[in-house]
Amino acid sequence: MNNILVASNVTKKFGNQFALNNVSLAIPKNSICGLLGPNGAGKTTLLRIINQITYPDSGEVMFDGEPLQPHHIALIGYLPEERGLYKSMKVGEQALYLAQLKGLSKSDAKQKLKYWFDKLEIGDWWNRKIQELSKGMAQKIQFIVTVLHEPKLLIFDEPFSGFDPINANIIKDEIINLKEKGASIIFATHRMESVEELCEYIALLHNAEKILDGRLEDIKKLYKNNMFRVGLELENGENFLDLISDKFDISHSHHDMNRKQLDFTVQLPTDDTRSFLTFLSSKSVINNFVETIPTVNDIFIQTVQRKNDHE
Amino acid sequence: MNKLSLIIKREYLAKVRNKSFVIMTFLSPILMVGMIVLVAYLTKVNDSQKRIIAVFNESDYFSNDFNTTERTSYIFFKDLSLQAAKDSTLSLGFSGLLHIPNHSDLEEVAQSSYFYSKEAPNSSVLDPLEYIFEERLRQRKLIDIGVSTEEFTTINDRFEINIATFTGEQNLKGINEMKAFVGGGFGYLIMMFIIIYGGFVMRSVIEEKTSRIIEVIISSVKPFQLMLGKIIGTSLAGITQFTIWIISASLLLFVVFLVFGIDLTGLSDQSGTSPNPMNSISPLPPAPDTMQLYAIEFLEIPWFMLISLFLVYFILGYLIYSSIYAAIGAAVDNETDTQQFIFPIILPLMLAIYVGFFSVFSNPNGPIAVAFSLFPLTSPIVMLMRLPGGIGEGGVPLWQVILSIICLIVTFIAIVWLAAKIYRVGILMYGKKPTYKELYRWLKY
Repeated sequence: MNNILVASNVTKKFGNQFALNNVSLAIPKNSICGLLGPNGAGKTTLLRIINQITYPDSGEVMFDGEPLQPHHIALIGYLPEERGLYKSMKVGEQALYLAQLKGLSKSDAKQKLKYWFDKLEIGDWWNRKIQELSKGMAQKIQFIVTVLHEPKLLIFDEPFSGFDPINANIIKDEIINLKEKGASIIFATHRMESVEELCEYIALLHNAEKILDGRLEDIKKLYKNNMFRVGLELENGENFLDLISDKFDISHSHHDMNRKQLDFTVQLPTDDTRSFLTFLSSKSVINNFVETIPTVNDIFIQTVQRKNDHE
Repeated sequence: MNKLSLIIKREYLAKVRNKSFVIMTFLSPILMVGMIVLVAYLTKVNDSQKRIIAVFNESDYFSNDFNTTERTSYIFFKDLSLQAAKDSTLSLGFSGLLHIPNHSDLEEVAQSSYFYSKEAPNSSVLDPLEYIFEERLRQRKLIDIGVSTEEFTTINDRFEINIATFTGEQNLKGINEMKAFVGGGFGYLIMMFIIIYGGFVMRSVIEEKTSRIIEVIISSVKPFQLMLGKIIGTSLAGITQFTIWIISASLLLFVVFLVFGIDLTGLSDQSGTSPNPMNSISPLPPAPDTMQLYAIEFLEIPWFMLISLFLVYFILGYLIYSSIYAAIGAAVDNETDTQQFIFPIILPLMLAIYVGFFSVFSNPNGPIAVAFSLFPLTSPIVMLMRLPGGIGEGGVPLWQVILSIICLIVTFIAIVWLAAKIYRVGILMYGKKPTYKELYRWLKY
């Protein structure tokens, strides 16, 4: 069993509107998976179904090989997008309460909390009330109560909103640590660039439907279209540009006369990289030659456009 | 079950540790007792103010009729002009001047008598004076017919009818009202409890929504568990508060009574009738002292049955209403939006109290009383007003009690089910105030 979570043909309607339309998805074990899509695509609904907060109209969700059941709640950690804590309750008491609701015993919870509080250097907050803390501080507590019970599956919905860059990095590192210890992680976000570097797998949701999923590397390979960013050093760049413009699709060109520098982006026919490189090196000094790999955002836009063209 | 008790414990502690809750718990009895003492004091002050009325009697009648009472003293003027009498009344600061001119005919005297005062007198001044004239005129007319003065005094004896049930027990006037008053007390308690602590439940749900912790919690527990835990936890806090109120208020009252010696019995004796001594011949065995009879009747109220049914109606009624309150809290984002939804819940409660006091008191087994004590949203209050009369013969028929409890249980299940559905959807909805139509749609999500 290589998947921690498998959703098959999950459909959920609110009134006449689809929140999820026949969505199937697999989250591999011990991986970080990005669930991406614009606002209103159905990400939160899917996460709520996984957390058994709402239930699908049809379709099935399997957790670690079993149909999703109430006792799985203790194996999942969920940091919702709409998150908060009791304002007038003390930090420690509150963390204990939430941990106990997840099924930890009181002494167990206390011990684990102490570990995390020390790790994130917030040990002296135990007796303070949430309303005395800043938003970023409260987010740290929120993160701790999400991961405290050492769940097999961690779900973060827009995890970095509310964090300053320094704390966001601390949390990012902790998440990677958790993955290395064996947890599987789902990131849901509409800011696709924010998690790109973390995710091994991605799934794109758009208008309640899954439009793309798979290993990020594979998807990128699939979507790259032999675009290269080229930097050359040569005399008479203008003429050279004219010369190659006849044969190739050139864009974003820039010529610096003083430094004898020519930059451009070129779209090459498939399997013609080598001959193009040979041609370039015969005429000039190559400063750089880099394949431009599409961002997830580009991929998303392309996929949506392609889909719309089909319809 | 373990999670439920965790939630109950948290809700209870969150409530009882709340500063305003603590302040209210200890301040309310002091305020309440203070009010009672103040009212008692004011009543006493009001009573002790004596009126002085000057009587300028030039006629031969009414020479012995104006007797000084607790409330009113009479001062008699003689051998003055009317103007002088008026002036001296004013300068001495008396309440008024009654002028009875001289004439041979009593009718004529009465017709031309005047009461002068600075301001228009109220009925408590005029009634005793008018009574004196009426009595004198009636006596005169009866004497004209041929009734002697002695005979006249016996004619005027007051009379009270003796009442009894068919089985021969002697009944007491006003006992129905008194019993309904006891039941009304229980009903009123239920209403107060629902309004205060139902509101607490609602605010607590709104707080969870606005602080956005709700989704964190319901990813660990079922929404229904959370709702139930909240309702139970809040009501336990409420029971704690009520118990403290009742105990400390009784203690305070006792202390006040000891220290100031204020006669508070006058206040509690408002159940209506102040029984006159019964000096008529009764066909029943001679009655013991009436007050004692009332005490016996009071003890004969089926307290055990009353209190057990109070608990049944209290728990069911409170659960019904507080789950509606919880659903309202879940449906809105802030307290100001709750008004339109709260009014329809307060309405049956108010109706129950008004119907209770106006209809059930006078006729505990009348059709209106029966209808409202069966209707589930009003039955917890109205039925309790009827119950002190007992179940069965002479009281509430057993089938009505059973039917009303069945109605209540069915409603309880239906309402809690509906409320839980609205709650489940509502807690995850942010942004806009829902309409009733949208609430209906939520039931199908």
